Order: sequence, then structure tokens, then C-alpha cells
Amino acid sequence: MSFFTLLLILLVIGIVGFVLCRQRVLSLAANNPRSLHSLPNYYGWHAFVMAVVPAVLALAVWMIVQPLLVERQLTSFIPAEIREDPPARTLFMADVRRVADGLNVAIERGVITSEEAATMPPEQVRGALASARVALGGEVSTAVLDAAQDYRGFAATGALGRSILAILLSLAGVVYAFRMTSPQFRARNRVEFVVQGLLILASTIAILTTVGIVLSLLTESLRFFTLYPIQDFFFGLTWSPNFRGNSALGLVPLLWGTLYISLVAMLVAVPIGIFTAIYLAEYAHPRVRAVIKPLIEVIAGIPTVVFGLFALVTVGPFLRDWFAQPFGFGNSGSSVMTAGLVIGILNIPFISSLADDIINAVPQAMRDGSYGLGATKSETIRQVILPAALPGIVGAVLLAASRAIGETMIVTMGAGASAALDLNPFQAMTTITVKIVSQLTGDTEFNSPETLVAFALGMTLFVITLGLNIFALYIVRKYREQYE
Amino acid sequence: MTDAITGDLAATPGRKPKSSLLAQDALTRRRNASEARFKYYGIAAICVSLLTLAIMLYTIFSDGVGAFQQAKLTFPVTLDAERLDPSGNRSREDLMKVTTIGYASLLGDALNAEVAARGIQIDGLDGRMINDMVSRDAPARVRNMVLADPSLLGQTITVQVYATGRIDGYLKGRVTRETAARDANVSVEQLDLADELRAAGILTTGFNSGFLTNPDASDQRPESAGLGVAIIGSIYMMVMVLLFTLPVGVAASIYLEEFAPKNRFTDIIEINISNLAAVPSIVFGILGLAIFINFMGLPQSSSLVGALVISLMTLPTIIIATRASLRAVPPSIRQAALGVGASQTQTVFHHVLPLAMPGILTGTILGLATALGETAPLLLIGMVAFVTNFPRGPLDGGVLDPATALPVQVYSWASRADPAFIERSSGAIIVLLAFLVVMNAVAILLRRRFERRW
Repeated sequence: MSFFTLLLILLVIGIVGFVLCRQRVLSLAANNPRSLHSLPNYYGWHAFVMAVVPAVLALAVWMIVQPLLVERQLTSFIPAEIREDPPARTLFMADVRRVADGLNVAIERGVITSEEAATMPPEQVRGALASARVALGGEVSTAVLDAAQDYRGFAATGALGRSILAILLSLAGVVYAFRMTSPQFRARNRVEFVVQGLLILASTIAILTTVGIVLSLLTESLRFFTLYPIQDFFFGLTWSPNFRGNSALGLVPLLWGTLYISLVAMLVAVPIGIFTAIYLAEYAHPRVRAVIKPLIEVIAGIPTVVFGLFALVTVGPFLRDWFAQPFGFGNSGSSVMTAGLVIGILNIPFISSLADDIINAVPQAMRDGSYGLGATKSETIRQVILPAALPGIVGAVLLAASRAIGETMIVTMGAGASAALDLNPFQAMTTITVKIVSQLTGDTEFNSPETLVAFALGMTLFVITLGLNIFALYIVRKYREQYE
Repeated sequence: MTDAITGDLAATPGRKPKSSLLAQDALTRRRNASEARFKYYGIAAICVSLLTLAIMLYTIFSDGVGAFQQAKLTFPVTLDAERLDPSGNRSREDLMKVTTIGYASLLGDALNAEVAARGIQIDGLDGRMINDMVSRDAPARVRNMVLADPSLLGQTITVQVYATGRIDGYLKGRVTRETAARDANVSVEQLDLADELRAAGILTTGFNSGFLTNPDASDQRPESAGLGVAIIGSIYMMVMVLLFTLPVGVAASIYLEEFAPKNRFTDIIEINISNLAAVPSIVFGILGLAIFINFMGLPQSSSLVGALVISLMTLPTIIIATRASLRAVPPSIRQAALGVGASQTQTVFHHVLPLAMPGILTGTILGLATALGETAPLLLIGMVAFVTNFPRGPLDGGVLDPATALPVQVYSWASRADPAFIERSSGAIIVLLAFLVVMNAVAILLRRRFERRW
């Protein structure tokens, strides 16, 4: 029975329970709903909840526990020589799963019968699966096939047990709800309790996501540091991964590229963004503002891959032909300048709309006071409004910097891939995010330091951006002027 | 007093006469100039950003519209039964034995014959060059036609097939005689032939519907690469993201906004949500790779994993938007409902939520629009793979099939060597932007139509 049909069955049981209990409570109350504790539908919902929720919870637990049990069960099939070797073990388990799934597919497509599958000698398996259009990498060893047969048996029993358990629980729930149903039964309170529980569950997903991010980054980074010395990663000055081993995986050149590009981006985005905000908040006629502000925000709505293509096709060659080559800075289209300029443009609306809000929050009385003393508009802005808005603006700039550091597509397409420690802004450099992408795309094995380094890089990136965000919020909160 | 001062001033020798109110003094002029400068800085800043936006959109569109036009060759082909069905029994098994190479030479010969029949003669042009005018995609198409309908064998049919990418580029101005002279893939003679064929009406350009329906194609066949798989993958993902994020996001917001007591647990949730909104998108890709693919064993490159990752990313945005619209419902509504005896849950679900729904939907659509353009996390979960098979239907397990997405297709075409793929890439952006414009327009319409100011 597939998982989907099982869910459908549970749903049907739930609906039947709903109808039954609603009918029952109405008949018990002699069709006079006013004598009930709750509205009739709540009795129905109570039955539905009792039918579905425990069964689904049991299914979830089952789905977590079963693979663990399977893993333990199959340990006895793993040949002794690879039992202590984790990569070989993982490979063996993957083979077992592939063969078992392949046999099931072959049966499903009618290439072999289930009896044939159960008794097939190992040397025939590959051919049989190939005729069912399941490709296997190599010949199947006896150990793998035995384990696969066991795995199939276990999975089949598991699926059967899972279905029986879920359906029984569901039926039991309906029976329980049916017996509880009476006009005095506080059905609404129960249903509302469950609804609240579901709401709380939904809101914990944010926590689970954070936990998932931290756990996945941390465990894989720790694995990386067992394969590669931690001080060489953080202080190494060269980055030259080599998939045959013997790589130098130093963070410093990547960090330098990241910070350099972000610096260029901030040099573009901060002045333009702040002047845009000042103009829109203080000078622009409301009608002009109503047109310009959405137009600026269009920039923020365009996917970053579009900016990446713009950097690759337009900005890069332009900078190369008009600045880098004539002035002898090199002849690379992808460079710190290219990526920095484009990220800067991308960040303008971010800074300008945050700064705009902050400037608008400065009370009108302060402006009026300044004008009353004879200051011009620009003097008021420079000497009264900007100082008052400064903490907020600094916060906005820090948030934008964290976005620039975490930006991926523009640097992947516009900054280049060579890890250089250089000052020349027209030189191709690379960033942490570019290297995460390049180390993790394509066929990768999760046992080599060259792949696992991506998790350590991700950890570094996560810590830097999180730190910047928290610092920005702290500054905003600490130095916010309290007006009124 | 006044007199005394005037007299005093007048008495000072060399002192400039007092200026009139109508003429500005130097300091005022300086201050006014700096005032004007300051204002112009603001205008300049706005102009810079809008100008860049305009340049970007202009280059993308001028590069990309070409992808919707395609050079095609139309000529008669005799499907020679001797060559395509050597055993002569029309059985599918035997027809399958003739590979695309056999069909390629057949098409080449047909085009050669057509060129000869029209009396087109160009110095230095040999039959091989004529063969190479036809896209490598064409033989496979004709072969599939024959396999689907063996009765075509022996007939003479008029086929319309793609010309190669270079010829296509020549008609669009991307390839010129100078570049062709240096290019191993195309010769100047072929360009001359293209001119002649165009004059003869064999080579035409027309709307390229294949760009929207074909799957991706390999490096050698830019002319037949299309967005079919990417569009389907993106649609699958967006539908799943909507199904995952809307219920969860709304439930979480309702809890935080309407029920949550002020305690440490809710504080932690709030901090988490605001921090997740600022985590770089690529970190979510790493999460997806580690949890969904390595730990849970879901298939790589599948749209399900893509949707899960993007859902986790979009959730904070949707929660923030939903909470804002719940907060916008005035407390008087809640008090009135509670006053006539509704429970708190009933108040929220019967009164507050329906009133907040337009705002929630607007926020959700805008969140989806951002999610649609997201690329970086999808690269890590393998959606950048070269996928030429369409995924199955969504209920037949198609969400587990390898797929790709629009923004990822933009990236993978942009990183290929042939400049014809830059045109495709820009074309894909036009399609992507069209989707975004539609989604934003729907959101704006919803807001205009249903927004209530209390």
C-alpha cells in the first residue's frame, strides 16, 4: 500500500467518524442543538481529529525509526573487511538500496516475477535490472544481494505493519470519539486544544530550521576538521583544491575576495542609496515620490541571476575594454569591480527604502526648529536629520553589507574563480559563496575534504552574516532616539 | 539707537555699503549653491540607479528577443525506404536500428538536391558544408516522425527543420563574415549559401515556439534548446511552495499574533524568524543538501527538494507579511466577536482571518515571486544538472523526477561557451520576468480590490 493511499484511507475514516459522531450527538440531543455543550460540528471535528492526528503521529515516528532499524539489521551482512570503514560502508548501503529498489521496479514493470526476484543468483541481477531499464554500476556481489533481499523483506513487512498500525489507531480513535460523544461532552474545548497545538507546531518550524542549519553545518564542518587541520583552514593563504588529494584549502584568499567585493559594493550602494532616500523623503513632490519609489524598488524585485548575467555580458566587458585594458590593470572581464558594482546597484533599493523609513521617522518638530533658526533645507538635513537618523542608517548599512557578503549569483557569474590575494580591483577574485557552489555542484562524494570544506565555508558565512545582523539590530536598538 | 549705528557704519571707511534684501550676499549665495548642489546629488543618485536599471533591462531584452525567433529550413525530403528500412518489413524493431546518422545523411542529401535543383552555385561550397547547414537536432525529429508513422516511408514530405545555431546567428546579426572566417563551425561560403537560400524562400525565420516547449539541448545544438523542462519544474516548485508555506505560515502567524503568551519560548521564535529572513540563501542550499538529500535520502535535482528548501527560505517572509495583515485588523472586531460569546479560536478563524486574508494572499504572492527567482540554493541540490526528459505528472511521482528551474536554466546557459546560449539565457530571463510581472500584477490587483482601511 503506498503512502498516499494510506493517507487517503485515514482521511476517509476521519470523514466517516465526523459524520457518525455529529449524527449521534444530534440524535442524543433529540435534534435540539441548543442543549449541547458545543456546536454539533465540533463533535464531528473531534472524531476527525481523533482519527487522523494519532495515526499520522505514529506514522511519522515509524518513518524515523524504520530506517534506523534497517540499518542495524543489515550490519550483519556487511563484509567484515569494510565494517570499520565508514565511506566503504556508506557505499555498500547505497548499493544495497539501489539493488533492492531496482528489483522492486523490475517486478513492477513485469520484467521478472516476485519469485524470480527472491531466488535470483547474483550474476543475473544486473542483466535483469538492465532489461527493466535500471542501470547498475557494476556486477552485484553475493553480500550485496543477500542484504538487498533482506532489505526488501524488511521494507515489505515494515510497509504492511505501518499500514495496519495506522488504520487500527485511526479506527480506535473513531471508536473512542464515538463513545465520548454525549451532549455534555466539551468537544469544542478539545478541538481548540488540538488546533492550538498545531499552531504551536507550525511556529516551531522556524526554530527547527535554525537547528537544522546549525546542525548540518556543524557536523559536516567537524568532519572536515578531522580530515584537514583547523588552523590551516582559517589561516592558510592559498586555495588550490585538488580532487586527487593534497589540497591547500586556506580561507584567507576567499575571505579577502568576499570583503573586497563587499567593500566596493558598499561604496556604490551607500552614497547612492542614502542620497536617494534623502531626496525622496525631503525634496520630492509626493507625486514624484509615488512614481520614483516603486521604480527604485523594482530593482530589488529582479532576481539576482539577472544581475549576474548583466555583470557577465555587459558590465564585465565594458570595464575590461574601457578601464582595465587601457590603463593596464589586466584583461579580465570578471573582476572585483564588476561584481562589486553590480551588487552595489542591487543593494541601492535596500538601503534607500530602509533609510527612507528612518528619515521619515524623525519628527517634523526637529525640522521646523531648524528652519526657524534660519537653516536651509540641506543644512537641516546634514546637521539635524542625519545625526538623528544615524543609528538607523548604520543599521541599514550593516544589513546591506551582510547581504552583499552572502550574495551568490552575481559573484559566481561576475567575480571569477581564481583565489587571489591582490589589491588590483580589476583582477578576478573569488568569494566564499562562489567556492561553496563550485565545491558542491556536480558529482560529489561526502568523504573528501575538498567537498566537506564547503560546509566549513558555509559555517563561516553563516557566522559572519548572523553576527552582522545581530550587531545591526543591537546598534539600532541601543542608539535609537526616543522621541516623545 | 538706529541712527547711532548707521552713523557709526557710515563713519567706518572702506566698509561696503549695506546690501539690499533683494541682492544676496556672498554667504547666502554660497549657502544657496550648496543647497542646490545637495538637491542635485539626490537627483543624480536616483538617475544613476534608474539608468542602470534601464540599461540592464534594455540589454537583456535586446539580447533575448532573438531567442523567440528561429531560422528554419523548409525543403522536400524523400524518405527512402531502402535506406531507412533495409529489412523492408516496417517493424519498429528494425526501424529503430537505423540511427540518426542515417537520417542525417538523408536530410543532407535532400538539401543538396534542393540546392542543385534551384541552381544555386557558390564557389568553394561542397556538399558537406550544405549538410552542415541542418541542425543536429533535425535527424532525430525526422526519425521520431518515421517511427511514429512508418507509412511515411517512401513518400516525399516537406520538412521544416532548424538551421544550425551559427546560421541562425547570421540572420540575427550575431555571426558576421569576419567572425565566420575565424570560426571552425561555420564557413563564409555557408553564409553566402544562407543568403541564397533566404532569397529562394527555403531559409526563413519565424516565431520559435520550441523555445518554450523543448527541453534543454547539448552544447552543439543551441538552436533546439528550450525552456520546457525548466518551466514545468518551476511551476511544480511554486505550487508545492504555496502548499507548504501558506498553511504553515498562516498557522505560525496566528499563534504568534493572537495566542502566544509573552514568554521566553515565543521570544526565541521571534528572534529565529527575523534572523532566518537574513540568512544568505546559499546556506539554505547547504541545509537542503545535508538534510533532505544526504540524511533523508530524497532524490537529487528533484523539484520536491527544491520546493522544500525554497519553502523554508520563504516562510519568514510570509510570516512577517501575514502578521502585519493580522495586526491591521482592528481590535474592535475581536472584542465584538468575544462579546457575543465566541471563543478565542472562533474569533480568530471566523472573523480575524477572513478579514486579513487579502493582505495575507498579497504577501504570499509577493513571497512566491521572490522565491521564483531564487537560484543559489537550487544549484547546491543538483538542479543545475542537464535534464532532457520531462518530469512525469505531479501525481505519478513527477515531483521526484529530475527537473530544473527557470533561473537555474538562465545560469547554466550563461555558463556555456557558445554565444548562442547567451541569447537563450536572456530569452529565459524575459520569460522569468514575464512570470514575475504577472504575479506582481495579481498581487497589486488583489490589494487594490480588497484592501480595507479601517
